[in-house]
Amino acid sequence: MKKQLEEILGSAAAEIDAAESEQALKAVQVAYLGKKGALTAILRGMGALSAEERPVIGAFANEVRAKIETEIEEKLSRIRASELEERLKNERVDVTLPAHDCKFGRLHPLSQVEKELCDIFVSMGFSVAEGPEVELAYNNFDALNAPADHPSRDFQDTFYINPEVLLRTQTSPVQIRAMKGKQPPIRIISPGRVYRCDEVDGTHSPMFHQLEGLLVDRDVSLGDLKGTLEQFAKLYFGPDTKTRLRPHNFPFTEPSAEVDVSCFVCGGKGCRLCKGEGWIEILGSGMVHPHVLENCGIDPEVYSGFAFGVGLERVVMIKYGIEDMRYLYENDLRFLSQF
Amino acid sequence: MKVSLNWIKDYVDIDCGAKEFADVLTATGTKAESFEELFAGIKNIVVGTILSTEKHPDADRLTVCQIDVGQSEPVQIITAATNVFPGAVVPVCLDGAVLADGTKIKKGKLRGLPSNGMLCSIAELGLTINDFPYAAEDGILIIKEPCRNGQDIKDALMMNDGVVDFELTFNRPDCLGAIGIAREAAASFHLPFKYKEPSYKATPSAGRTEDFISVEVKNTALCPRYTAAVVKNVKIAPSPLWMRARLRAAGVRPINNIVDITNYVMLEYGQPMHAFDAGYITSKKIVVRNAEKGESITTLDGGVHALSENMLCIADGEKPVALAGIMGGLNSEILDSTTTVVFESANFDRSNIRHTSRECGLRTESSGRFEKGLPPCNTLPALERALELVNLLGCGDVCEGVIDICSADIGERKIPFDPKRINTLLGLNLDRAEMEAMLAPLEMRAEGDVLVVPPYRADMERTADVAEEVARLYGFDKIPSTVYRGTASGGGYSGAQKFRQALKDAAVACGFYEIETYSFISPSAYDRIGLPADDARRNSIKLLNPLGEDTSVMRTTALPSMLDAVAYNRNRKAEKIALFECATVYFPAEDGLSDERKQLVLAECGRGDFYALKGRVEAILDACGVKGFKCSSAVECGFHPGICAALTKGSKVLGVMGQVHPAVAAEYSLAADTYAAVLNVKEMFECAEKEKQFKRLPAFPALTRDLALVMDDALEAGTVAESIKKSGGKALESVKIFDVYKGAGVPDGKKSVAYSLSFRLPDKTMNDADADRAVANILKVLEAEAGIALRS
Repeated sequence: MKKQLEEILGSAAAEIDAAESEQALKAVQVAYLGKKGALTAILRGMGALSAEERPVIGAFANEVRAKIETEIEEKLSRIRASELEERLKNERVDVTLPAHDCKFGRLHPLSQVEKELCDIFVSMGFSVAEGPEVELAYNNFDALNAPADHPSRDFQDTFYINPEVLLRTQTSPVQIRAMKGKQPPIRIISPGRVYRCDEVDGTHSPMFHQLEGLLVDRDVSLGDLKGTLEQFAKLYFGPDTKTRLRPHNFPFTEPSAEVDVSCFVCGGKGCRLCKGEGWIEILGSGMVHPHVLENCGIDPEVYSGFAFGVGLERVVMIKYGIEDMRYLYENDLRFLSQF
Repeated sequence: MKVSLNWIKDYVDIDCGAKEFADVLTATGTKAESFEELFAGIKNIVVGTILSTEKHPDADRLTVCQIDVGQSEPVQIITAATNVFPGAVVPVCLDGAVLADGTKIKKGKLRGLPSNGMLCSIAELGLTINDFPYAAEDGILIIKEPCRNGQDIKDALMMNDGVVDFELTFNRPDCLGAIGIAREAAASFHLPFKYKEPSYKATPSAGRTEDFISVEVKNTALCPRYTAAVVKNVKIAPSPLWMRARLRAAGVRPINNIVDITNYVMLEYGQPMHAFDAGYITSKKIVVRNAEKGESITTLDGGVHALSENMLCIADGEKPVALAGIMGGLNSEILDSTTTVVFESANFDRSNIRHTSRECGLRTESSGRFEKGLPPCNTLPALERALELVNLLGCGDVCEGVIDICSADIGERKIPFDPKRINTLLGLNLDRAEMEAMLAPLEMRAEGDVLVVPPYRADMERTADVAEEVARLYGFDKIPSTVYRGTASGGGYSGAQKFRQALKDAAVACGFYEIETYSFISPSAYDRIGLPADDARRNSIKLLNPLGEDTSVMRTTALPSMLDAVAYNRNRKAEKIALFECATVYFPAEDGLSDERKQLVLAECGRGDFYALKGRVEAILDACGVKGFKCSSAVECGFHPGICAALTKGSKVLGVMGQVHPAVAAEYSLAADTYAAVLNVKEMFECAEKEKQFKRLPAFPALTRDLALVMDDALEAGTVAESIKKSGGKALESVKIFDVYKGAGVPDGKKSVAYSLSFRLPDKTMNDADADRAVANILKVLEAEAGIALRS
């Protein structure tokens, strides 16, 4: 009987080896291990054996069964692996065909730059303040120390709703509202839309964007303004950026300065962007004029402060090399999708 | 304002080129726009005297000249010019010379004879007939200035100069002339300022000024100071080369000696002057007064201007002879025949000049300066300088005495001097003496805690102004940079600002591109989107002075701007368009300002149907924590009446969305499948979850039941879903619609809607019997409420 079992094991191994498909293997399994299989038939005949032989043969039969099962399983996984390999050979996509449409949109470059600038100043402890675009002439001009007959107040320069109300020409009236609203310490930035009577051309728009900053506290100095703007320039334009303050004049600050940063394209050597100067004018700034503090009920003998303002369009145009401001308001997708 | 460096050197001993001068003054606050070394390109052109001329043997039109150019041997040059003659002093281009336009001159042969250079005309030197009135325009320049053979032409003709163009700030009208710039240069270069009071000699035999003219100022507010003088026996002629050269460098065209003197003084002192022909001043009287109704004047440029009563004019006994501070009248112009001249040097109110100049459409060098608010202390020195120049040029006899009618305060002023506070404001630690030394060249001196400032510095009022002078002269670059620590004051974005950013980010994630449109629109935009005539949104804030009708009202809805942008892209063949704007809209407010609200406006075409937009809008709201809102059909102008929904939560209207009304789409030339949404940011923010709270994941499985319900076609599937939710009991977790069917098997006027109900209990597994009971109850309620039955 043992011999029979050995023969079964031998022929099963041969048939397993010969089976080429999962189906053929299944047939082998049934032929040997199934209810009517060869091994099952042998085991049924065990009863005829002697009490000494039965455990010996029984153990051997189980061993044969386990071997066949193992071989079948191993063969099965080989067959599956080769079948998978065969199938994968035929499954191919043309990866150069276009994708299904799943596009993100984009924020407008003005929004992106506004957010980047705000994030930097927020990280320096400023909060973001907003104010109305339809504003009192007083807040836009008088409180900011603009001379009574300053040309910027003319109809040719400023959009009026009535003689007392206008479309703000700068975001500075937000500073007035902030200072009137509370005593120092004040540390705000105010981004937003501003308006001036300029016909649309490559460098003008009747509506544009500014971002202004204001810090008022005890013993704030021009050195603090310099330090703050230098830190900002390094964070925004890169760690090697140099900053240069040039004395200037604005009605609402004294002393006042225009601020240049070293050209981030050429690093100051001179190129097309900076028109060979190595510097790019980027900001207006200064120490808050004592008249302005007084107009807001803040004592200039106790407090001082600095303010700065930047035109967002200018930053966007410099940053992305946009030569014509009109692109920013045409809303052409071929433009918008570049940012 | 263009400034000649040679001119500056009259007042301060600078030794630098135009670039350095521009850089140094820019650093101390006088901003240079550009700079130029004049005639820098001209090379190797010298003065020569023609010794002999003879006809070229082989060319009728050529002349062979032997020229003394200061070398041992004369040079031979062949010219085609016809105005050369022996003894003529001419500019000679030697071999290798470069003309003003960059042309290089080399020696060569002309018809067989050597020619060692070229003789040149004024144009080839980059000059014009105004610079050399005696020159032949189409011939060689025959030089009449004193010079010597071999001398560099740029030296001989005073062409060596540097010019810097300054952009002056509103607060520094005292810098509108060479003297003001020189004063700044002295302070910036730490050199002495060499100002010399002008002095002139009157000719007693010429008589006294009062004999020729009397002056009456009727409006002292508009004319705080008027000074005048008379010059007799005037000989009108071109002015000398040095004066012409400086005028040219400053960009002013030389005309004749008297006119040139007025321009020269203006460029030097910043004080505009005017010269009248006294012969045309009726009644020998000058009256400074407002124009009378009906008066007009013909100005020197030939323009005729009707005057209004708020315009200031200079009149004689009868009529206006000048538009004060802007331009003189043609009726009293200086002509070659003029023999007696009245010089005027006056101060006028800046706003009046600006308004008159604007109304008359006449801007001049003079009006441009007066508009800046000139210091009245300057009129007399300027007048005296003009008389000094008359002496110097020998072009007339100065009468004795000047007229000076002054109501302005022209004295020195005293302001506080507080070095300690200045140091605090600047972050410096300078001592008092250092500050005083910096201020001295600006003619400011400290007396105790007072700083005495010169009368021409009206901008100096208080400590901050002194701090600015110290800062700019010390050097902004030398002020140490510090970071202000101060009191912590919060900082960051407000909740509303963060919400807005989240909305924008979510819109971007849903494929929308952000646009920027103008806040002002045309009132006709309301018609184009079909806003009813009585709609409150037509009540827009109007601009008094818009650029045009198209930008004349502040928008109350951003939908028209959005549709314009969609149309713009469609016209450029964009197939799929998806745009958004987080736009401000403006409603009139009770305080006279505006109630400014934010709208999130979305629009798309080529990206699917109503449900595609609905899905994106819901995704954006969901991402921003706006949940549990209701979507119900609505009618809103601009939208298709049957394909439009309102989003609400409680009593709050979050917005509307739908297909753009076909009539509106046609109006804007949009595709039929254009969908839009207008969402109210404030209301959405108020509904948004402020804090997120974790909910435990379910511990037990759900049981689902799918129901196909037959209902009237007019019923909204979503409304039925709400009824199902209400009647489904606590275990009903969700109701989803997954199919709508009309056709065979469903009666006409009915539809079959398939719902998938999910039941779940928090503490145990839901069993079939409980689910069946819940479904039975739902069906009972639906049957009773709306005659809805299970599809058989």
